[in-house]
Amino acid sequence: MSVIGDTAVLTGRSLKHVTRSMDTIITTAVVPIAMMLLFVYVFGGAISHGAGSGTYVTYLLPGILLMTIASGISYTAFRIFTDMTTGIFGRFQSMPIARSGVLWSHVLTSLAANVISLVVVFGVALLMGFRTGAGVGAWFAVAGILILFTLALTWVAVIPGLTAKSISGASAFSYPLIFLPFISSAFVPTQTMPGPVRWFAEHQPVTPIVNTIRDIFAERPVSTDIWVALAWMVGILAVSFAFAMVVYRRKIS
Amino acid sequence: MPGPAIHVQGLTRSYGELEVLRGVDFDVARGSIFALLGSNGAGKTTIVHILSTLLRADGGTAEVNGFDVVRQAARVRESISLTGQFAAVDDVLSGRENLVLMARLRHVRKPKAVADELLERFSLTDAGGRKVATYSGGMRRRLDIAMSLIGDPPVIFLDEPTTGLDPQARIEVWRGVRELSEGGTTVLLTTQYLDEAEQLADRIAILHTGKIIVTGTLDELKRLLPPAKVEYVEKQPSLEDVFLALVGDDAAAAADTRGGTSA
Repeated sequence: MSVIGDTAVLTGRSLKHVTRSMDTIITTAVVPIAMMLLFVYVFGGAISHGAGSGTYVTYLLPGILLMTIASGISYTAFRIFTDMTTGIFGRFQSMPIARSGVLWSHVLTSLAANVISLVVVFGVALLMGFRTGAGVGAWFAVAGILILFTLALTWVAVIPGLTAKSISGASAFSYPLIFLPFISSAFVPTQTMPGPVRWFAEHQPVTPIVNTIRDIFAERPVSTDIWVALAWMVGILAVSFAFAMVVYRRKIS
Repeated sequence: MPGPAIHVQGLTRSYGELEVLRGVDFDVARGSIFALLGSNGAGKTTIVHILSTLLRADGGTAEVNGFDVVRQAARVRESISLTGQFAAVDDVLSGRENLVLMARLRHVRKPKAVADELLERFSLTDAGGRKVATYSGGMRRRLDIAMSLIGDPPVIFLDEPTTGLDPQARIEVWRGVRELSEGGTTVLLTTQYLDEAEQLADRIAILHTGKIIVTGTLDELKRLLPPAKVEYVEKQPSLEDVFLALVGDDAAAAADTRGGTSA
């Protein structure tokens, strides 16, 4: 029994679900792109942002990228849910293969699908005038943060995928996540918000992550936000991974 | 001398207050077809899931191919193949890709050759490249069973293999099951259709209210009733006879010719 070999075979299968329904990539990217267009070309003129130099799209992109991931992981929950209900899952569990491989294949597929969606959104942002002078190291840092964020949210998505009673239940959990960037520093600086809203915005995970990515793109030294961001992401990852594994064991015993 | 392929003793399982299995005992001889007969909700699927390591029993023991389903679950999984109640096939992949996937996961040599051979055997060669989403119910079921055969597991579980199939597809599935058994595979089949058990099974067990109330060959079960009386009844064709005569057994015939020419 080889965990890596089995996981690779299962991931190949799961990836075909992504590549054969590219509409899921488009659907994942379309809401963030629409938001980006709306905020840059409709509200952008009215929003006096504190971003200093640079265009509003450059200011906006980090939050849009997080929104893309939040939207993308609902398909991960959907794919796991489908495997549960069609009996494919049961079939794999009754075979002599590494059991953890079944979940890992979905997690790796989620990463791949989100990377594709992120590239699409990036492309549109470039067309809209996003610019950065960031070097290779900075790009790797941004990629690392986005992958960590995807991993954390993917493990969150595994839980409804395994436990949901219906398709809509399996993907509905992502709606609040998609809208979380609105109450953060993603669109406007938090200083402009009234007391309680500002407090929430400054103490939820999206704000430090957005601020860190923004600083990296703007070639500014990152603030302590990066530690807060990493703590949030590692924390969400650890808790959701542990919880997902408990649910998974209960499901397969 | 190897023991029975499946040995079940005192199996119990409850879902909350509901006692589904209340002490189930039975043995399945190697190479035989054993039918577990019972109405919906009798606990047939629960037994199959316990035997295929998907579910744990509350009490009792179960051995498959000589391995305990709890303590030697990994060895059991190497010995079995499960065809669940609903065809567990991947709709997005083609029939051939489904088979290749199973072959890779079972670490079989030459996965593609194995897939092609099974497509041929189950008359799916023409449909092999198409997405399974476009298959009919009978084709899905045939693919499902073909997927179960990869790696030649000595014991196969078929949970209601013909539920929801049309008469021709049922006959094709039956033929597939008989072929398996002729090849030495042990088959445990659950069904709610009496004629299916009658057609296929070497031994039949009737599961009722959580227990096996009777086990035996068809003849033994028939002997439980008073001896047959001789009556003269006009032989009326059944609707199934009429249906099959009118539409013809095209699919089965085609498969036979194809098998014949390629051999």
